[in-house]
Amino acid sequence: MTAQELPVELDFAGHQLSDSDAFLQVRDLRVEFPTEDGLVKAVNGINLDVVRGTTLGIVGESGSGKSVTSQAIMGLLKGTSAQVTGTVTLDGQDLVRASEADMRKLRGDVVSMIFQDPLSSMHPFYRIGDQISEAYLVHNHVGKKAAHKATVDMLARVGIPNPASRYSDYPHQFSGGMRQRAMIAMALICNPKLLIADEPTTALDVTVQAQILELIKDLQKEFNSAVMLITHDLGVVAETCDSVLVMYGGQCVEMGTVDEIFYHPEMPYTWGLLGSMPRMDRTRQARLQAIAGQPPSLIRVPKGCVFNPRCRFTEHVKDNACREVHPELEQAAGSHFVRCHIDSAERKRIWSSEIVPKL
Amino acid sequence: MARFLIRRTAALIALLIAVSIITFLLYNLGPADVAANTCGKSCTPERIAQTKVALGLDQPLITQYLQYMKGLLVGREMGPPSGRYHCDWPCFGRSFQNNQFVWDVIKQALPYTVSLAVGAAIIWLTVGVSFGIIAGLNRGKWQDKLAVATSSFGVSLPVPLIGLTLILLVNTKWQLLPYTTSASTWPWDPPGPVAWFQNYLLPWLTLAAVFSAAYVRLTRANMIETMGEDYIRTARAKGLPKRTVTLKHGLRAAITPIVTIFGLDLGGLLGGAVLTEQIFSLPGLGKTSVNAVVSDDLPIIIGIVLVAAFFIIFANIIVDILYAVIDPRVRLT
Repeated sequence: MTAQELPVELDFAGHQLSDSDAFLQVRDLRVEFPTEDGLVKAVNGINLDVVRGTTLGIVGESGSGKSVTSQAIMGLLKGTSAQVTGTVTLDGQDLVRASEADMRKLRGDVVSMIFQDPLSSMHPFYRIGDQISEAYLVHNHVGKKAAHKATVDMLARVGIPNPASRYSDYPHQFSGGMRQRAMIAMALICNPKLLIADEPTTALDVTVQAQILELIKDLQKEFNSAVMLITHDLGVVAETCDSVLVMYGGQCVEMGTVDEIFYHPEMPYTWGLLGSMPRMDRTRQARLQAIAGQPPSLIRVPKGCVFNPRCRFTEHVKDNACREVHPELEQAAGSHFVRCHIDSAERKRIWSSEIVPKL
Repeated sequence: MARFLIRRTAALIALLIAVSIITFLLYNLGPADVAANTCGKSCTPERIAQTKVALGLDQPLITQYLQYMKGLLVGREMGPPSGRYHCDWPCFGRSFQNNQFVWDVIKQALPYTVSLAVGAAIIWLTVGVSFGIIAGLNRGKWQDKLAVATSSFGVSLPVPLIGLTLILLVNTKWQLLPYTTSASTWPWDPPGPVAWFQNYLLPWLTLAAVFSAAYVRLTRANMIETMGEDYIRTARAKGLPKRTVTLKHGLRAAITPIVTIFGLDLGGLLGGAVLTEQIFSLPGLGKTSVNAVVSDDLPIIIGIVLVAAFFIIFANIIVDILYAVIDPRVRLT
């Protein structure tokens, strides 16, 4: 199976990808930034599908290309130096080739995004309500009064008390959790069919985090939206997602349903991610197992498997293939895909005998 | 707000007192013998002693200072014992050189400086900010490179060079503007607005050239920084048209720091634009203060220093108030 054929033959999360009814289809998405030091390959051939009403989690460490992928889908890289190739099909329309003018009409209306750090993501000089109704006004032919009413309703819907009076507050007058709710209200004001949440709970404390995730889930049900949740928090993924895509060095290294990724992961990097969740039932030294080494350079991507410099299991593969040959993303089970040279049976053995006991 | 105003006004007064003390001390500790200078070359020691009494220089320094401050607040009696006269509030004393009341000298000179500073400010604000925005939005393109190159050049040019070159070219060589020796202060004064405009055009351009260059760089840097902010990305993600993103979300935040700098620059200039006034023979505060320094005219110097300090401190207060209006995060306390 070659990389080109891959998306057509994939059967991911129970949906046929070729004639898929998936609302969002991403095929061989590549994003490159020319810099003085060389070409940064931030996203290197990503395929994914998101069906309406379901949630796809994208996990990976900082610099793995999660946010760039989402910005490419939103068309936010248009007009920058970034070179975006591949296809992003939303409801049958190709977004990569869409003009900025066409893309602008979709943004905030059909596709919208919740950003992390709502304090810096909101304009400090404008009232929260005005910032939200601005998004409503630009996509709906209504007057200011109707936009004001829609905004107050939305603020109430995301759980902001006294929405009519909080409408006139500035972002700095909101607490962190309230600001994130307002950010969500801003993203949902036009009932988007695809919602991309880029680390929506990173800046929040744990109790607020749970409320925000619950809120996103509820609103997803109500509007039957497709949701892409970008995070580095596996706990969040387990709680909210239907399927998971693990990114490393701009590539997808493993994808599958939440059960497949959490109970039968087959890629050493995913094992590392699962191992790096702190465990309170262990001694202090054994609580947190970090993945040794540094994230790869996206300018000089490692030869062979992108994870090989940090992988502890390269001896399990013959002929030094991990350092020489770039592994393809191969089907391990129905909707489970893994990019690894280690033999599938051997991977299962390592997982159950070496990794699970230490988790 | 009321508390803010009271506090800042108190600070303004305290600062002015400090400035007056420092100027007073600096000058009196200096080597100049005012009495000898004032009464001329062939002066007898008796004449010098008389002059000292007449100018009040025979008194101890502290008495001189307190007398001065009293004059500032309520007016005072001045002069030799034989011919006392009253100096009205606000009394900055009299010039050692020509016996004019300092307040009259300042009142005469100030309009020239105001005409010069305000006109130049309008030019540099328009030119500097608009070219700065264009450069900032077209980072790395030819518009940006041109603006950066021109402003680097402009910033490094000394004022006398710009001023004298303009006079040489516009007045002498091309004869586009007439020479004027007696400048009118306001556009509505005779000989009318056209003459006023012709008279101030070159000084404005000279003064504005340096400031424009600085404002282009400042605006450009602010614009680039702002357009990289997260809230600009949010504005784009909402699907706002590019114009709205740039002008409503970008420019609004980018020009805020410029308000601060502009207020301080204008406040500073109202104390006198020394070089420009000197080059174009504009009898404003700058030129007057240079003349006063050359002739050891202490009362004029202290008077102008105090007025200049007042403008700068006052501009600071205005800027702070404006800032609270522009930026909702700022509260005046």
